[in-house]
Amino acid sequence: MSWRVWLPLFLFAGFLGLAAYQLTQPKDDFVESGMVGEALPYFDLPAAMEGVNGAVTTDFKDGTPRLLNIWASWCLPCIAEAPQLERLKEAGVPIVGLAIRDRPEDVARFLAQHGNPYTRIARDDLSEVQLAIGSSGVPETFVIDGRGIIRYQHLGDIRESDVAMLVAELEKAR
Amino acid sequence: MLLSLAPPLAAQDSMPPAPFAYRQLDDPTQEAAAQDLMETLRCLKCQSQSIADSDAPMAGDMRHQVRIRIAAGEDPEAVRAWLVQRYGDYVSYRPEVSAVTWPLFAIPAVLVLIAAVVLAGRLRRRAS
Repeated sequence: MSWRVWLPLFLFAGFLGLAAYQLTQPKDDFVESGMVGEALPYFDLPAAMEGVNGAVTTDFKDGTPRLLNIWASWCLPCIAEAPQLERLKEAGVPIVGLAIRDRPEDVARFLAQHGNPYTRIARDDLSEVQLAIGSSGVPETFVIDGRGIIRYQHLGDIRESDVAMLVAELEKAR
Repeated sequence: MLLSLAPPLAAQDSMPPAPFAYRQLDDPTQEAAAQDLMETLRCLKCQSQSIADSDAPMAGDMRHQVRIRIAAGEDPEAVRAWLVQRYGDYVSYRPEVSAVTWPLFAIPAVLVLIAAVVLAGRLRRRAS
C-alpha cells in the first residue's frame, strides 16, 4: 500500500524539479533557418545605395566562398558587429550585404559612420530574399560556398570570438 | 546632434509596408483562404502573435508573400509548407501529429483509459 501513496508525490517532485531546471535556462528566441545545405534561391536585387553594386544569385557561383550579411541601418547590433565585419574584410573575406527595408540615404549614413566592409550591397525592401533563405531577423550572417549553397548560419551579431569561427567555416566551404 | 542619433535608436525601419501587407486580395474566396492561413502562421519577430495580428514589418512582408502566392493560385498548404521548409515547425501554429509530438496526443487518451478502467473496477466492487 505504501508505494501507492508515495509514487504520485515522487512523480510530482520530479515534475517540479524539471520545471525549476528549465526556468534557469536562458531564453532562446532565435529561429534557425531550414535552408542550410540548400542552394540560394534565384534573386536579382538592385544596389542599396549609389556607388555600389547590387547582387544576383550568379555572383555567388564563381567558386569563392563568401559571407552574406543580413543587416540594416536601423539595426542596433549591426553597429556592434561593424568592427568585426571590418576585421573579416581585412582578412580577405568577401562580404555581400543584404540591406533589409533600408533607404539609400540611411544606408549611406550608416556606412559613412561605421565603415563599408561589403563588396556588394543589395536592397531587399520586401524582405523577399530574407524570407526565402530562412532568415528571421537582423543581423544574421550566412556562409555561402563557391557554388551558391548555404553552408552555415550565424544568428545574431558577430562577436569578436565569432570571427575565427566564421573564417573556419569559410575554409570548410571551399 | 541628437537628431542624427535618432534613426538608429528607433530600431525600426522607415520604409513603407509591402503592397499586400495590409491590402486585401480582390477575390473574397482567396482572401478568406489567405486570412485562415495567416492566422495559423507565427510572426517570427513577435513570436506569440500570428502574422494576421502582428504589425511588425516582417509580419507584413510575410502577409504579402502569403497573399501574392494565393492570388497566383498556390494551395494554402503549399504556402505553409514553403514557410515550414524555411523556418521549421515553429512558424506554423497548426498542431501536427509527428514523430516528436505524438505523445502529446496519446498520453491524455491513455490517462482517460486508465481512469475509466479504475472507475469501472471500483463500481463493480461496490455493486458486488
